[in-house]
Amino acid sequence: MRIDWNAYTATGLHDELIGPGGGLRVAGRALARHLRELGSEETRLRQQAAELAIKAMGITFRVYHEQGGSIDRAWPLDIIPRTITLKEWSRIEAGLQQRAVAINQFIDDIYHGQRIVADGILPIGLIASSRNFRPDCMGISPPHAVWAHICGSDLIRGSDGVVYVLEDNLRVPSGVSYMIENRQVVKRVFPELFESAAILPVDDYPVQLFDMLASMSPRCQERPEVVVLTPGIYNSAYFEHSYLARQMGCELVEGRDLAVGSDDCVYMQTTRGLRRVDVIYRRIDDDFLDPEVFRADSTLGVPGLMRAWAKGNVALANAPGAGVADDKLIYTYVPDMIRYYLDQEPILPNVPSWRCGEARELEYVLAHLAELVVKPVDGSGGYGMLMGPMSTHKERGQFAAQLKAAPRNFIAQPVVMLSTVPTIVGERLEPRHVDLRPFILSGPATYVTTGGLTRVALRKGSLVVNSSQGGGSKDTWIVDTGAAGVAAPRARSGR
Amino acid sequence: MLARVAENIYWMARYLERAENTARLVSVNASLLLDLPRGYEPGWLPLIDMTGSRELFDARRRRPDEREVVQFLLADRDNPGSIAASLTTARENARTLRDLLPTEAWELLNQFFQEFTDTLDAGLAKRTRYNFLKQVVLTSQALGGVLAGTMSRTDAYTFMLMGRYLERADMTSRIVDVRAAQVLPAAQELQPFRTIQWTNVLRSLSGLHMFRLTRRVRIVRVEALDFALRDRQFPRSCCFSLEQLAACLQSLPRSDTAIGTLRSACGYLAAADLATPDPAGLHQLVDQLQVYINDVHACIAQTYFPAPLQNP
Repeated sequence: MRIDWNAYTATGLHDELIGPGGGLRVAGRALARHLRELGSEETRLRQQAAELAIKAMGITFRVYHEQGGSIDRAWPLDIIPRTITLKEWSRIEAGLQQRAVAINQFIDDIYHGQRIVADGILPIGLIASSRNFRPDCMGISPPHAVWAHICGSDLIRGSDGVVYVLEDNLRVPSGVSYMIENRQVVKRVFPELFESAAILPVDDYPVQLFDMLASMSPRCQERPEVVVLTPGIYNSAYFEHSYLARQMGCELVEGRDLAVGSDDCVYMQTTRGLRRVDVIYRRIDDDFLDPEVFRADSTLGVPGLMRAWAKGNVALANAPGAGVADDKLIYTYVPDMIRYYLDQEPILPNVPSWRCGEARELEYVLAHLAELVVKPVDGSGGYGMLMGPMSTHKERGQFAAQLKAAPRNFIAQPVVMLSTVPTIVGERLEPRHVDLRPFILSGPATYVTTGGLTRVALRKGSLVVNSSQGGGSKDTWIVDTGAAGVAAPRARSGR
Repeated sequence: MLARVAENIYWMARYLERAENTARLVSVNASLLLDLPRGYEPGWLPLIDMTGSRELFDARRRRPDEREVVQFLLADRDNPGSIAASLTTARENARTLRDLLPTEAWELLNQFFQEFTDTLDAGLAKRTRYNFLKQVVLTSQALGGVLAGTMSRTDAYTFMLMGRYLERADMTSRIVDVRAAQVLPAAQELQPFRTIQWTNVLRSLSGLHMFRLTRRVRIVRVEALDFALRDRQFPRSCCFSLEQLAACLQSLPRSDTAIGTLRSACGYLAAADLATPDPAGLHQLVDQLQVYINDVHACIAQTYFPAPLQNP
C-alpha cells in the first residue's frame, strides 16, 4: 500500500507539511517524497524499529501516579519529523535571542534598581506578588549579569500561520536531551534522507552548554569543576540530568554530595576527600535549593548554598530568583520589555493574553470563559488550567469562583488551534497538533538550539502535548532548502 | 569520584555477580540431581542455605521442592537475593551511573534486564531452564567484557572490580561450605558418585575445565577444595578474588587497614589443612573466611562511602 496524501486532510488548520492547496511545503518535500516511496507498511516497520531502539538505549521518562510512586516509561517518539525551512528558522532564532536578552536585563533590573517600575512600564505590585520573586536576591550580581542561563520557550503556530511564544520556562526547563536522542533514533530509521537532504545537526548543544557554564566559573582554571545537581533518580527528568552530565563529562551530584565549608565555598564528597565545585547546573527548584534560606524541610538542597552564591564563590545556573520572569503574568509584559530595554520591536509575538488581575479584563474573561483558556500564572505541565470550549457548565462555575478569589493568579488566552504534522496512527498518517520548545543559552553570547523539541498531542483533536499527559514527540528538522539538489517536483496525484 | 557514586557502582557489580552465581547454582543443581542415586537426594534446600536465605524462604514458601526453590531463587522479587531482584537492584544502581558507564555497557545491562524479565517463564519451565540460565551467565560475562574493553581505568572501574571480587569470594566460599556438608559420609560414599559431587562443586564455579587443564588429576576432595579456595590462577577461586581485591585497594588512598585484613585472610587460607575430611572443621574455616570478607566490606564502606545521613 502507498501513502495517499489525498486521504490526509487537516481542514481549517495549518499543517506543517501540506499546504492549503494540498501541495507540499518546501521544507518537507524530500521527506514526503521519501515517505511515498517507502509506503505505509515500511513506514510502520521503521516506527517499530525506532521504538525498539528507544527501549534498548534506555530513553525513558518517569510518570507520577496519582496514588503516589512513579514508573519509568519508554520515551514516545513518532518518526515523522516536523520540518521548518532554515530561512524561517533564522527569523525565529533572532526572535528568541532578542527575547532572552530582554528577559535577562529585566531580571537583573528587578534585583537592582527596578528602573522598569520607576519608569511606569510595569506595576510594582506585580513583582511583589510574584511567587517566584526572591527578596533574598536583591543586590546580587551574577557573572555577565545573566540570571536565566537556560531558557526553554514554548512556540506554537496558529491557523493563521503565525508563530507565537506561548511561555518562557526559566526555572528548570527540560526536554533538550530528548531533542538530541530523537535525532539519534530518526537518523537510524531514515538514513537515506540524511544523506540527500540538508538537515542541520542538533548535537552541538552539550558542548555549548558546557562552555556557557564554564564561562561562569569564579576561579581561573583550565577546566573548572562544573556539576549537574539533580533531585535524584525518582525525578521525572532524571534521565535528562544524567544525560547532560554524561555528555558534558561532569559529575552528576545530589544535594547530599555537597557541603558548604567554613570558607563559604562549595565542596563535593569524593572517594579521595573533598573537592571544590565552581559551577552548579542545578535542576532543583529554588524552593528546595537551600534549607537555610528557602524551605527548611528540604533534603534535596545544600545548606549554605545561597551564602556561597551571594559571595560569588560558586555560580548557579539558572540563578536563584530567575523564576520571577517565569510568571505568566510577567510574560504578558515581555514585548514591553523588548521595547523598553532594547529599543526594538519584538520579532516574535506573544499569544494575546488577558490579565485577570485587572478589573476590566477579568470582567471580559468571566463573560467569555467558554471560549478561553485560563491558566494559573505559576503552573507548568498543563496542570490547573481551564480549557473553556471543552469544559462543562459546572466546571466553569467552579473556575469562576477561583478566578474571583485570586484574579492575580490567572491569565486568559484565546484557544490557539495548534498547527499539525502528519503522525502515524495505525496504518495511516493523520494530522496531530504540535508545539515546539527550543532552548536558549545565555552567557557571554546567546545560543539557540537548531530547532528544538517538537511535542505532539497523540489523541485526535487534543491540544495537550505534555508527555505527562499522553503527549509524544517528534524530531525537528531545520532544512536548508537553499542547499544544492533539493528542489523537488510538485506532488502528483495517483493511487 | 563522588563517594555516593562509588558506593552505587560497587553494589551494581555485587548484584550482577550475585545474579550470575545464582544462575550457575540452579543450573548445576538440576544436573546434579539427575546423576545421583535414588534414595539419596539432597534436593533443593542446600541452595537456599548457600544463599543464606533459609529464614525468608521458610516464611514465604510451603515446600522446599524444586518448583518453589527455583521460583524463589529466580523470580521472587521479595527475595533480595533472587536473580530478578538482583538484576533490578543492579539496574537501579546503574541508572544513577549512566554518566560514567560506557554507553554500550548501559545498553547491554538494560537489554539484559528486559530479556530476563520477558523470558522469565522459560527459566521456570524444566525443559527450557538450562538455556535460559546459560544466557544469564553469558550476558553477565559479556557485560564484564564490555566494561573491561571500553571503560577507562579510573576509580569507578576500581570500585566496580572491588564489588565483583568481594561478592565472588563470598559466593565461592558459600558453595564450598554447603556442598561439602552435603557430600556423602565417607563410609557411604559409593565410588561412581564420589566424583560426581566434587565435579559439581567445580561446575558451580564454571571451573571444571580449568581444573582438569591445570591439575591433571582425578577429582578428589582435597584437590577440589584446594582449587576452589586457594588456586592462584583460576579467576573464581577465593584466593584469586581476594588478591585482586587487594590489588584494587593498592590504587586507592587510605587502604592500609583493608589490605591488612585481606592479607590475614589469605594467610589463614594458605595455612588451612584441607586434607582432613572433617565437615565441622571445614565449616569453621569457611565461617572464619566470611568474617574476614565482612570486615573488608565494612572497612571499604567506612573509608570510601558516604556516612549515613544525619538528622540535625
